[in-house]
Amino acid sequence: MNEATQQTPVLEARNIGKSLGGRPILSDLSLSVYKGEMKVLIGPSGAGKSTFLQCLNHLITPDTGELLLNGERISPANKGELRSLRERVGMIFQDFNLFDHLTAQENVSIALVKVKKMSRRDASLRAMMELERVGLSRRAGLYPAELSGGQKQRVAIARALAMDPEVILLDEPTSALDPELVGEVLAAIRELARGGMTMIMATHQMDFARALATEILFMEKGAIIERGAPASLLAPGAKTRTQAFFARLVAEESAC
Amino acid sequence: MQESILTICEAMPWILEGALITIGTVAAAMLLGLFLGVPMAIGQIYGNAATRGVIALYVWFFRGVPILVLLYLFYFGLVYQLNPLEFSLFGMQCSISLALSPFAASCIVLGLTSAAYQSQIFRGAINSLPSGQLKAARALGMRDFEAIASIILPQALRLSIPGWSNEYSILLKDSALVSVLGAMELMARTKAVATSTAEYTAFYVSAALLYFLITWIGLRGLRYAEKNFRIPGYSHL
Repeated sequence: MNEATQQTPVLEARNIGKSLGGRPILSDLSLSVYKGEMKVLIGPSGAGKSTFLQCLNHLITPDTGELLLNGERISPANKGELRSLRERVGMIFQDFNLFDHLTAQENVSIALVKVKKMSRRDASLRAMMELERVGLSRRAGLYPAELSGGQKQRVAIARALAMDPEVILLDEPTSALDPELVGEVLAAIRELARGGMTMIMATHQMDFARALATEILFMEKGAIIERGAPASLLAPGAKTRTQAFFARLVAEESAC
Repeated sequence: MQESILTICEAMPWILEGALITIGTVAAAMLLGLFLGVPMAIGQIYGNAATRGVIALYVWFFRGVPILVLLYLFYFGLVYQLNPLEFSLFGMQCSISLALSPFAASCIVLGLTSAAYQSQIFRGAINSLPSGQLKAARALGMRDFEAIASIILPQALRLSIPGWSNEYSILLKDSALVSVLGAMELMARTKAVATSTAEYTAFYVSAALLYFLITWIGLRGLRYAEKNFRIPGYSHL
């Protein structure tokens, strides 16, 4: 985060807009993330957080706006540029999306072989290293169905890390997990942040956001309606939407 | 009675040879159906409107016309009537021989028909996979064909085995129809022997048993494949 002073953002989105069936679902979203920063997207379900994240690596094609990776404009119409964008921008999904027919190790190594054209041997070694990093080297030979949710998500993190991404997008990485498994995944993400990884994360984990976010972006109805450092948005007594949303989440949790 | 048994024993080697031809026909048709059916399924899901339209038309045609009609149409209406195919190209007289053995013609017709059915088995299997699989592959920078080849198909083909077993047992029984082209497979040979010896019951029962046996062995094999390729931890894959 101390490197955030660097001039060019790692990833910059300008005026991203998207409509579905004539109904706008994202309107005019802009965001710049600098090296080592963690931007956190907060907001109610249906606010467009996930859609916005998927626009950032063109899993969803936005109708308007542009993307810049290290200051270079990406033309997603060019398939080569699109693939290179995706190779350099990692993604962690809410429901893991591990390849079900491959072992944990193969899940991590397959893109190294297919995309980075590494030899199988080197790819396996690299995969082992990344699994070690998330504490799963002893589970390398297991299939996704044999892993817990938390372990699956850690394999997914290892899979993204193996590609040496410049920025990682995390789409509610803990939302599909049983409460007791959330901690291990957050710990892995915290470790990444500590290592200076640049990240954009959608989450409902407000304590996590408060502790680690460089900036919080509060989204509602496809627009960013509030943004700022957690210290100001979540300051005690701050009359912000973010604060109100946070208070409601806490109230709901304690009501259970 | 003793006489019948003797007649059957005498004719059996020839009939068993016919059973081998039946197995060969079905195997060839299944493989042709597989090699056409997989790309057709992929085209129908990921292709553009024109591709999807052409494939839908193909499937509609082959599912809509009885195999018996297709066999006659292909063998007599196409291969026999148009052979040799003569035309002139840039002033040169060309002649292409369309001569096909009844066996080859049968394999082609059954294979093309099976492709229509198999494509729908694979299409269903691919569609039943969570959309996140392709998304995750794309997010890693894989080309679509790489993602389909190394992520989608390995899973979809596993899911297709039960449907494929069905197709195998149906195709095996449909293969009895090719006797009308004069392909000397199990059915044609049984009929020939039964008619010439007038031992109808004995020979048709033995043919039925042979079909039953071939079905059973094939289904056992596919069941084994299904278990063997099962993904650990999954009950349905």
